Amino acid sequence: MALGERDGYEEQGHEGYEEDGYEEDGYEKDGYEKDGAYEGQAGAGDGGVEPEEVSADGGEGSQGPGGPQGPRGPEGPGGSDQGNGEEPGKPPRIPPPRSSVEDTGRPLPEPAAAPAPTPTPLVLEHRVLKSLLGAWALAACSAEETAAVEEHLGDCGSCADEALRLRGAVGLLHPPESLDLDPTLRTRVLEGCLDRRPPRIPVPEWAAPYDAETARLDALLQDIGGAEWHAPVRLRWFDGATPVSRRTTVAGVIAHLLSVDGLVALALGLDDPLGPTGPASEDPTPEGRTEAYWRGSHFPPTRSVRGPWREQSHNLVRTVSFAGGGSGRLTVPYGGFELPLRDSMLDRAFECWVHAGDIADAVDYPYEPPAPRHLHRMIDLAARMLPGSLAARRRAGLSTAPTRHLVAAGAPGRSLRLEIEGSGGGDWLIPLDSPGTAGSADREVAHVALDGVEFCRLAAGHVSPEEAAAGQDGDREAISEVLFAAASLSRM
Amino acid sequence: MAKKDAPPRWDRRMQQRLARGEAAALGELYDRFASLVHGLAHRVLGDERAADGITREVFAHIWENADAYDPKQGPMRSWVATLTHRLAVQRLRATETAALARGGHGTTEELERKVRSASVAARADYIVTSMPAPLRAALELAYFQRRDYRQAAADLGVTEDEARRRLRLGLQLLSTAHDAGPAGAPPEYGGAR
Repeated sequence: MALGERDGYEEQGHEGYEEDGYEEDGYEKDGYEKDGAYEGQAGAGDGGVEPEEVSADGGEGSQGPGGPQGPRGPEGPGGSDQGNGEEPGKPPRIPPPRSSVEDTGRPLPEPAAAPAPTPTPLVLEHRVLKSLLGAWALAACSAEETAAVEEHLGDCGSCADEALRLRGAVGLLHPPESLDLDPTLRTRVLEGCLDRRPPRIPVPEWAAPYDAETARLDALLQDIGGAEWHAPVRLRWFDGATPVSRRTTVAGVIAHLLSVDGLVALALGLDDPLGPTGPASEDPTPEGRTEAYWRGSHFPPTRSVRGPWREQSHNLVRTVSFAGGGSGRLTVPYGGFELPLRDSMLDRAFECWVHAGDIADAVDYPYEPPAPRHLHRMIDLAARMLPGSLAARRRAGLSTAPTRHLVAAGAPGRSLRLEIEGSGGGDWLIPLDSPGTAGSADREVAHVALDGVEFCRLAAGHVSPEEAAAGQDGDREAISEVLFAAASLSRM
Repeated sequence: MAKKDAPPRWDRRMQQRLARGEAAALGELYDRFASLVHGLAHRVLGDERAADGITREVFAHIWENADAYDPKQGPMRSWVATLTHRLAVQRLRATETAALARGGHGTTEELERKVRSASVAARADYIVTSMPAPLRAALELAYFQRRDYRQAAADLGVTEDEARRRLRLGLQLLSTAHDAGPAGAPPEYGGAR
């Protein structure tokens, strides 16, 4: 929260994300003009600095004006000046600037603040001396200027007052605390609120993973610096036969998420982030839309893509909330295939997590898997899509095991037991012969056991079917087919 | 500038959405203010779990009392900060008083001094995050990176006059953190106006 904290939204000028702080022409009116409010305050103690204020957190210790007072010490600079106010009319005695000895480990600049003897005293006009007070309080002016200011403070009550006040303010500067908000706090806070006052318009359960994952990614983006937005990221997926990849940047990944989330936005009647007449209409697949977005922007994507992405994700959650739980049956076309909205929102949550992981790797941040119940829903979606993926591979001639067992639709068919371990896991029976058949424990021919996160890495195309760490038992051909089908769920 | 109208509009709309019980709005509110709330609470209480607790309290209070916010009185951000400050200082005083009552060492005066100093520190944090970015950048260079004002001017691409002005103005704003009422009373978390 303190000085130096990066404000991720600063650069983009997106109206919804502007800080409500002082604006350039706003604070001028508050009387802080360069020669404004403090000009006329000649009388010491006239609405200005009260000594107790300055020494409130100082006081004890640090009596020596020349003592090495680091800016972070518990004693605020200026702590030695208690009692000056007892001599109204006389300018308070000001301690010299803090020593430049610092515990930051940073290289120190030239010792500007060192009390070097100044053979030729600098003569400066009052206006200049006054303008130096801030730099002086921060020990950020030359030795000659420091001496000139301190000489002046002995004669000028109003400057002395201000100097004391500014020196006190320096003690309030804190190094930014590295307070990464615990990502699980959001869920706990929101649930606590909703328990106390049930919402009239809830977020549908199937949209909760998307809400949580987009918030997590946004928190990561808030923490990364400007240069890191251009860190290289390799998007990886599995095209059915081999792993493929596409090189982009952190900002490019967010542009990708924005473009593909836009499919859901379109299905809900919201604006297309690619624009109403974008080239995307030619190729409405996730990959086609992403390439179109990357091509369409004049410059490579920058951090400015964060605002539109976040606004759209907020809008999606808000819109499906108003549409209600029943809207989950609406259809979202992906160009080539489609998903019901409730699954599409899960799919987008999954993609958001996967790509957040890509970004976190690229900028060397830790990133945890989703909450177990959200992870469970994502795994469940992948498990439900496996029979379709098996069939698509057979149709495309990618399968090495053509169907040998014709089974009537709805009847129990040969099945593989997919056992997902870890939190969020469970057991799924995958029908092997046709999406139309039902999984059957009696006709189980193989058993595969995977860790939940490993399974998701497989389904995201981040680990190849051959390399996935899977415990296997039974029909080896069936197992191989299912692992390849899982990897084939991935796409750009 | 067009953006001048944006915050009040966002604030008003957010309040309406919260008042009508839209859970998605609560999520957006959290996304916007959680780090402010948690940061201020942590500055006052100096403890992660206690700051988590205040964060829960603040959002629950807003969710249950969205009508209490009046957009005409100022930005929602200030309102949220003031509420956080009040609850955090209350909590600090309560835990410190309890510790004193259990026979901990220290005096009531020390307690009050501690509360006041935590209160001023939190207010200072808020001022720093709310001040114009150019002022914050100048202070950052001079204080944390130990640049003198000439170096800061070069880094920022401004005149030396302007660098001096920014440092002085930034500290003037920051010094108003001391201008709270009696110890513990919530200071005004003013916004731009």
